[in-house]
Amino acid sequence: MKEAQEFVWMGAIPLQIHLHESEVTTVPPPPPALILAPRIGYLPLLLPLIKPYFSSTLPPGVDTVWFEYKGLPLKWYIPTGVLFDLLCAEPERPWNLTIHFRGYPSHLLIPCEGEDSVKWNFINSLKEADYIINGNCKNVMHMSQSDQLELWNSVVNANLEAFIRSSSKLKSGTIEDDYASKSSLSSQKSQKMIGEADTSVQTKTGKVPVRLYVWNVSEDFGDMEDAPPIDSWDRISYVNRPLEIHREEGKCFTLHDAIKTLLPELFGKKRKPSEGENDEQSFGSEEETKNNRMTEEGEGNISQPLETGSTADDDPEIKLLRIQGIEPKLETPISWVANHLRHPENFLHVCVYIKVPSAKSL
Amino acid sequence: MNESAWDGTLSASEFSASAQAFAEKWKLNNPAYPPWTWVKSLEVPIFATNQVEEGYLSLENVCIVKSNDDEVASCVEGEASLYDKEDEESTDSATLSGNDNVQPYYFDFHIIYSASFRVPVLYFRAYCSDGRSLGLNEIESVLPANSAKVLLESKWTFITQEEHPYLNRPWCKLHPCGSSDWMKLLFQAVEKVDRPAMELYLVSWFSVVGPVIGLGIPIQMLKEP
Repeated sequence: MKEAQEFVWMGAIPLQIHLHESEVTTVPPPPPALILAPRIGYLPLLLPLIKPYFSSTLPPGVDTVWFEYKGLPLKWYIPTGVLFDLLCAEPERPWNLTIHFRGYPSHLLIPCEGEDSVKWNFINSLKEADYIINGNCKNVMHMSQSDQLELWNSVVNANLEAFIRSSSKLKSGTIEDDYASKSSLSSQKSQKMIGEADTSVQTKTGKVPVRLYVWNVSEDFGDMEDAPPIDSWDRISYVNRPLEIHREEGKCFTLHDAIKTLLPELFGKKRKPSEGENDEQSFGSEEETKNNRMTEEGEGNISQPLETGSTADDDPEIKLLRIQGIEPKLETPISWVANHLRHPENFLHVCVYIKVPSAKSL
Repeated sequence: MNESAWDGTLSASEFSASAQAFAEKWKLNNPAYPPWTWVKSLEVPIFATNQVEEGYLSLENVCIVKSNDDEVASCVEGEASLYDKEDEESTDSATLSGNDNVQPYYFDFHIIYSASFRVPVLYFRAYCSDGRSLGLNEIESVLPANSAKVLLESKWTFITQEEHPYLNRPWCKLHPCGSSDWMKLLFQAVEKVDRPAMELYLVSWFSVVGPVIGLGIPIQMLKEP
């Protein structure tokens, strides 16, 4: 577990940050700032590193900092790594961003008053995850202010050791999983586990905090380089809904099952755990109760129904699925994915590009 | 965990059913206000969830007038659009009682289900007759004195500015963290039942939440039809 956590915490995106031309008052314009941004961090936290590059060239006034990628104002409360995975179909290194110090688009973005806003948002997400996992926010609420601050600072500094110390007071638990217990037996001897010491602790509700960012790609493209840019957040469907894991005897709830559960209208009504390893390529729709559902709801305008007995051509295609910059195999057990690839606030952030066949209008 | 003890929350499908019941009762008992409409979230993102027709309740263009002597806001009938934000033409059908110093503000309210907390959450935004959005501080000062008081004194209700779950815009939100706790208390203490008829959930919920943002509900709504 620790190796994976280290991998996640050390992940970083090289950024090349350009000052927006409207705010450049000097000739020649300042060179871009080159910053290595932690994946698990947030863009506004980089300001102390960035500002020195540009402070002498800014027009007079109060700073209201915001970032933009190819014209898209960036949501500052989404972790940097997630923004990169989502918006750069073909990873761009360094990632070229534009920074603004004026003209905050407050009709589009919620206000950000520096580190405090980001911290507040982080703690709220931590509470939300706590609620999802435990059915209440007690763990977070009972943390003292100074413990919360310590936890937050470890995130700001991307300091895993400090985070491990602070979060031991949080008792987030891990998702019980038959597959992890075997590996944890051997590793328990060699290292001090955090949260992992309780691999036997089952989350009370069997729910996983997940945030899914879905881009429905209408056009076909061969290479990721040819993917059309995302020019508006309205093109992304954001799903902030806990994943309920249903354990069945002898069956493994995979990442693929998780996606199908979270997007049932695209992948069939009720997901079943994968029957076996061959399932990964087939996105078969579940025929059984689809018809029941339509009649239950009366109005019937819930969704465009998936065809019964549909062929593979009719099913949505997962073109890309990224978590922490990697593309895990769809048959990976979701418990492993959630336990190892989650962010410090205990949410698993998943970016998915889906191509829905044009026959289906949604 | 005690199976029979209700935790104050409701499921997504219970929310949808409860929303329908709430909207019907509102229409019946609150004719001075425009009706709540159900907006299918399908119209915005690309999918809905499970067996439930995912959506939210919407009440828009509600005019709240803060009079000089700080009385409870009077509300005025809002037809289809008091203020058409698209065209920037304002059709002011508001009837203001005499006082020239009142400034009408318009509120949009959305009641949206939170899958994480399993409770309804109230989102709202406010704007002036010229379409300018109000910031959080302005809204708090515009709310009638009674609700401002409720806001300050209650440990369970506070307003934050957050992104609307579907519309990609900043809205104000009434924080849901304590909702399940006070809903549970409400039903145990007031209704004296362990578990409510879920259809009534929203009516009861709104009886607590409404006054915070200046919307009362008539007592008839709380009674069985």
